[in-house]
Amino acid sequence: MPTPLVVSEVAKSFTMHLRDGLRLPVMSNVTFSVKAGECVVLGGPSGIGKSSLLKMVYGNYAVDSGQILIEHGGRLLDLATADPRTILSVRRATLGYVSQFLRTVPRVAAVDVVAEPLLGRGVDPAEARASAEAMLARLNLPRELWQLPPATFSGGEQQRVNIARGFITDHRILLLDEPTASLDAKNRAVVVGMIEEKKAAGVALLGIFHDEDVREKVADRIVDVSAFSPRKAAA
Amino acid sequence: MTDTPLLKVRDISKFYGARIGCQNVSFDLWPGEVLAIVGESGSGKTTLLNCLATRLMPTSGAVEYRMRDGQMRDLSRMSEAERRFLMRTDWGFVHQNPADGLRMAVSAGANVGERLMAVGERHYGNIRETAGSWLGRVEISVDRIDDQPRDFSGGMRQRLQIARNLVTSPRLIFMDEPTGGLDVSVQARLLDLLRGLVQDLGLSAIIVTHDLAVARLLSHRMMVMKDGLVIEQGLTDRVLDDPREAYTQLLVSSILQV
Repeated sequence: MPTPLVVSEVAKSFTMHLRDGLRLPVMSNVTFSVKAGECVVLGGPSGIGKSSLLKMVYGNYAVDSGQILIEHGGRLLDLATADPRTILSVRRATLGYVSQFLRTVPRVAAVDVVAEPLLGRGVDPAEARASAEAMLARLNLPRELWQLPPATFSGGEQQRVNIARGFITDHRILLLDEPTASLDAKNRAVVVGMIEEKKAAGVALLGIFHDEDVREKVADRIVDVSAFSPRKAAA
Repeated sequence: MTDTPLLKVRDISKFYGARIGCQNVSFDLWPGEVLAIVGESGSGKTTLLNCLATRLMPTSGAVEYRMRDGQMRDLSRMSEAERRFLMRTDWGFVHQNPADGLRMAVSAGANVGERLMAVGERHYGNIRETAGSWLGRVEISVDRIDDQPRDFSGGMRQRLQIARNLVTSPRLIFMDEPTGGLDVSVQARLLDLLRGLVQDLGLSAIIVTHDLAVARLLSHRMMVMKDGLVIEQGLTDRVLDDPREAYTQLLVSSILQV
C-alpha cells in the first residue's frame, strides 16, 4: 500500500500587500510523510506554523513550491497543484479535517451538521442521521442539544460536534487541529479512543495536540515544525 | 458525476462604448458546483452574470452550455426562442429585487405555476399542488397561495422568487445579490434555505454577491473581480484564507467581525 500522505520540500510565504508588499516567509523545505495507521503529531512552540501546515495540506493555504502527494481514487495526486474541483473531491472522499473551531451555519441542527459529510457522499439520509446520533451520544453531547443549531453551544460542546463531524466518515487521511483543546478528561478519553480506532482501521492521522497527556497516548512520531521555520534559522 | 462541464465560458468581454463592463473572463462550471463572483459595486459582476445568462450580448467571447441531451451548444448561436425556452425551464434567474423576477399582481401560486405551464403542465390540480408544495419548501405557509406577492414581506418575496425559479427542476441558477436588501435574520434563513436546496437538488449556481460571508457559506469556488477583470479565482476557502492579490487582501481584511 502506498504511503497515504507525503509532503515533500514544501515552501510557503505570505505577501502582505497592505503592508507595502512585506513578504513573510512561513516555512521552507517541509518534508515528512504519514503512513497508514500512523498518527504523526506536529510539534513546536505556538506561532511556529503548525496550523498553517495543516491548512496547506488541506488546501486552505496555497503553497509556493513543493509537493503534497496523496492517493485518491486509486491515483497519486499532487494537492499543491490540483485544481479546485479536484481538491473538493479529495476532501469529500479522502482527506478529512477537524478544525479548531466549528464554523457554524445558522439554523442547521447539530445532528445535521454532523451528518453532512455522509450526505455529501451519497449515504441515505436516515442512515447518516443515525450514525450522527451515535457519534454525538458517544461524545456525551446531551440529547436535548442534537436538534439545536450549535451557534449557542459552549466551546466544548461545539468542539464535540466538530469532532463528530470529522470522525463520522471513513476518510483515509484525517487532519486534527487541537481536537481536545476544550474538552474535559472524560471526553478527551473518548477522543483518544476514537483516534486509536482510526489508527487500527489504517487511517493516516496528522495532528496538533497541545495536551501532553493526549499527545503521549496517540502519537507514533513527532515532527518538529520549528525545523521548517525560518524563525529558527534566524535564531 | 459527469466529466464534462455544464457551462464553458471563453474570453467573455463586454464593452459599453469605450467603457469596460467585463473583460476576458474564462471558466468552466461543473454540475453541482456553486461559483461566487465577488467584488465591489461597479466591478463588472452583474455585467458578467447578465452576459452568461444571455440577458446581455457579450461584445466578444463564447458561452457554451451542455443541454439535457449532452450536446454543448453555443448560446450566441441559439435562436431567441430556444434561449427563452432554456431560461424558462433549465435555468433560473434570481434577481436582487424580487419585483424584477415576480409578477406582482398575480397570486403566489400562479407565480410558481406559470413556470410549470411553460414546460407543458396543463392540469390545474397538479399545478396547484406542486405550487403549494414548493411554497412549503421555501417556508411560505400554503394558506398564502392565493395572495399576491405585493402583500408579502421582502424576505417572503425573495423566497417566492426562488420557488418560482426552482419549480421546473432547473440545472443552473443565476443569482444576483440574492440576499441584498434583506435584514440579517431574514438573510440567514434564506441562505440556509438556498444551501439546503442546492445540496438536495444537486444544482449548479453562479452567485453574484459583494458579501464574502455569503460566498463562504454557499460557494465552492469564487472569482474576485475588479475593474471588469477577474483578478483572483480558486477554491472559496483558499481565496478567503490565503488571498494573494492586494485587492482581495483588502476585501478580506475589511470584513467586520461580529
